[in-house]
Amino acid sequence: MTTTSGPLATRRLILQGAASVALLGLGNLPFAPAHAAANDKYPEEAFKQKNEADAIKALYGRNAEPSNKVKLDAPEIAENGGVVPVSVTTTLDKVSSISFFVTENPFALAASYKIAEGTIPGVANRLKMAKTTKLVAIVEADGKLYSATKEVKVTVGGCGG
Amino acid sequence: MASSIRVRATSNGDITEVQALIQHPMDTGLVKDPKGEVIPAHYIQQLTFECNGKDVFVADWGTAVSKDPYVKFSFKGAKKGDDLKISWTDNKGASDTTTAKIA
Repeated sequence: MTTTSGPLATRRLILQGAASVALLGLGNLPFAPAHAAANDKYPEEAFKQKNEADAIKALYGRNAEPSNKVKLDAPEIAENGGVVPVSVTTTLDKVSSISFFVTENPFALAASYKIAEGTIPGVANRLKMAKTTKLVAIVEADGKLYSATKEVKVTVGGCGG
Repeated sequence: MASSIRVRATSNGDITEVQALIQHPMDTGLVKDPKGEVIPAHYIQQLTFECNGKDVFVADWGTAVSKDPYVKFSFKGAKKGDDLKISWTDNKGASDTTTAKIA
């Protein structure tokens, strides 16, 4: 019996370790979704959401409707998923924010821009894409959300080393 | 040390066009180095453009923004010679600030 207590004790220790890790994981769960789009704080919770719907909910707290007034420009085929040039312009009035969601990425929300009064509602930037994905741009205008969607084929993913 | 931020702000009548390029690794925390160890997440979270005491453009970024990020936008209400202040902070608490003259 004494010979088997060694490995057993080790196994128990490992299990305890796993349990405490699980507890730590729980501690990081979002407590309350912060609708940070309206203020200046960094929307930490929205950036932690894995899928697009949850990220939109965490960022804005409501749904977007597709609109042809939002123009999303992205390449149809991106050779390098690490650097994909993406831009949005819109003819909508009273735009207060523009956000980009890459649905197949580990975390859907890529970037969110606050547009002040007097700033032209449009932005160009470069994003990473893990694989071929749907790209969604959301424009917040006069309190409503409008979206545009585009499929981007990625030949080399942007997450590998 | 040279600034991590390179900015070009050009005035064209009423509209000022701003292009900014920042040197930053933008590590996702999901990539492993050649030894198989995870490179911890290190990315810019917030980037602010301020002109005449007003935030004209604020970017909130996640890890999906490309390494050495680039951003371009335009705004109204500034003229040639005005100062444009650009600052960023990352998830490790580091930050940098620079001021550019609108040309």
